[in-house]
Amino acid sequence: MFEATEINMRHRRTEVLFRLLFGMMTILLILPVALILGILIYKGAPVLSLDFLLSEPTNGMTAGGIFPALVGTIWLVAVALIASLPVGVAAALYLSEYAPNNWLTRAINLAIINLAGVPSIVHALFGVGAFVLFFKFGTSILAASLTLAIMTLPVVIVSTREAMQAVPQAFREACWNMGATRWQTIRRVVLPNSISGILTGVILEVSRTVGETAPIMFTGAAFFLPFLPQSVFDQTMAMSLHLFVISTQVPNVPEGLPYGVALVLIAMVLSMNAISIAFRMYLRNKKKW
Amino acid sequence: MVEHGAENASTGENRANPTRMLEVRNLSISYGSKSALRDVTLDVRENEIFGIIGPANSGKTSFLRALNRMDVFTPGMNVEGEVLVSGKDVRSWRNLYALRRRIGVVFPLPVGLPMSVYDNVALAPRLSGIKKKAVLDVIVEKCLQRAALWDEVKDRLHSLGSLLSGGQQQRLTIARALSQDPDLLLLDEFSIAVDPVTTMRIEDILKELRKETTIVLVTNLVQQARRLADRTAFFLMGECVEVAETEDLFAGGVQDQRTREYVEGRFG
Ligand SMILES: Nc1ncnc2c1ncn2[C@@H]1O[C@H](COP(=O)(O)OP(=O)(O)OP(=O)(O)O)[C@@H](O)[C@H]1O
Ligand SMILES: [Mg+2]
Repeated sequence: MFEATEINMRHRRTEVLFRLLFGMMTILLILPVALILGILIYKGAPVLSLDFLLSEPTNGMTAGGIFPALVGTIWLVAVALIASLPVGVAAALYLSEYAPNNWLTRAINLAIINLAGVPSIVHALFGVGAFVLFFKFGTSILAASLTLAIMTLPVVIVSTREAMQAVPQAFREACWNMGATRWQTIRRVVLPNSISGILTGVILEVSRTVGETAPIMFTGAAFFLPFLPQSVFDQTMAMSLHLFVISTQVPNVPEGLPYGVALVLIAMVLSMNAISIAFRMYLRNKKKW
Repeated sequence: MVEHGAENASTGENRANPTRMLEVRNLSISYGSKSALRDVTLDVRENEIFGIIGPANSGKTSFLRALNRMDVFTPGMNVEGEVLVSGKDVRSWRNLYALRRRIGVVFPLPVGLPMSVYDNVALAPRLSGIKKKAVLDVIVEKCLQRAALWDEVKDRLHSLGSLLSGGQQQRLTIARALSQDPDLLLLDEFSIAVDPVTTMRIEDILKELRKETTIVLVTNLVQQARRLADRTAFFLMGECVEVAETEDLFAGGVQDQRTREYVEGRFG
């Protein structure tokens, strides 16, 4: 009955062609990532050991482990997270639930988007001026973490606001019609139903700062400091800066060492992502609509 | 505040000498520069079911929104004229949340909030500060019973309200509205997402409720207004064409040709 005409055949051929083309683009994109990971594992894995993770660098950082840097990075990210979570969520709450739709709100939204594009070295200098000098925190975990927090705040706000906007408007209206205030609506309906998106978004965005070097270099991270920080007012080593130092500043570093450090750094970022994804799946299973 | 039906005794007298629950004077509504309702004046008596019929886009939902002051939470919505609930101008309420607690609302599409059945019904009482579980238990059971839902959900009070069937969710929203112990109940095309059998059950509930509260029923089913409403208003293109006793309306005793045509199903 039905015979493929010339036109049908031509459509089919273009279809196949485009599928091939797009598929190849995708592979081309994945290739560098796969290569990076492959090389890192190939060259870095031999260096890795429990001892490497848990001992301090020795011999002018040409031997030994990375323990102080590892702990320092965890400090930096944790304090940044603690700082940006409440501020980011509060700002996003205001923008999503309270802000009237007027020019001021639109200007603030525009500013947030633009802030996300400010280079990290600019944030670093701001951090020096504001936290190290003006607030007199000195070069410390606190100053460095606050700089990181400021840097991630725009993306934290955007991801949090998106999580809140995903809660259907009908839920809010139902609450308002019952005589709930905006805050009661937020507390009983909006937050409980967006908290998974909020937390995973924040964790994801802040964990990206694990690899940042510039913002912490002048504000709190030290080249070499073989002690663990005792409080947020101490300086600390950090993985990203350590990697930078041993790859460019220190002579006679064995070839495998930087690869090992880089591998641990990437593993840290990926495991933060994994935690946030696992967390999201756990919460989504309890999702309610 | 949550003494359901405490004023039943007076119901009989109100029938004989109807007092006005709701007075609307020269109400106009617009969204930005676009007019949705023009110069509506009507009264709703205590303990009556007041039907509003009319085709899409005639301003019925906007009318309901103006009654409980949802215009405040609706960007661009502008209301002129007067609305008096129990003789008091809704704009003179300094606490508009307290006003909204006296007015129950049911939407066209059921909105089961993503919390348990129990929490759905207990939400309004909790919002107004009731915390004692024993008190809440009583309210929840009573409201679910009055919404003819109790028997179906009494064993799953703590499962999610949003997992009930559409018809059950709509009765859940009615139970939720009743938990406010409202003086005025606004229903907006409640049967759109509900099967005919459930619709009939809800209609029976409404007939019962009339004894204790006043109901404004917006419906796109002309026959539903005929079955339920004591009086019916016909809205068309943002205009209140006519308000009449429902019986007269369907007996052909209407003033306006457009109303007759709509009621007889010739347009709309
Ligand atoms: N939030 C809003 N913003 C802008 N315009 C609106 C809004 N809500 C309603 N309108 C407009 O107001 C007019 C009346 O709408 P309304 O919802 O009151 O009609 P309706 O009689 O309830 O219709 P339906 O029977 O379809 O529900 C429409 O033209 C609609 O586009
Ligand atoms: Mg409507």
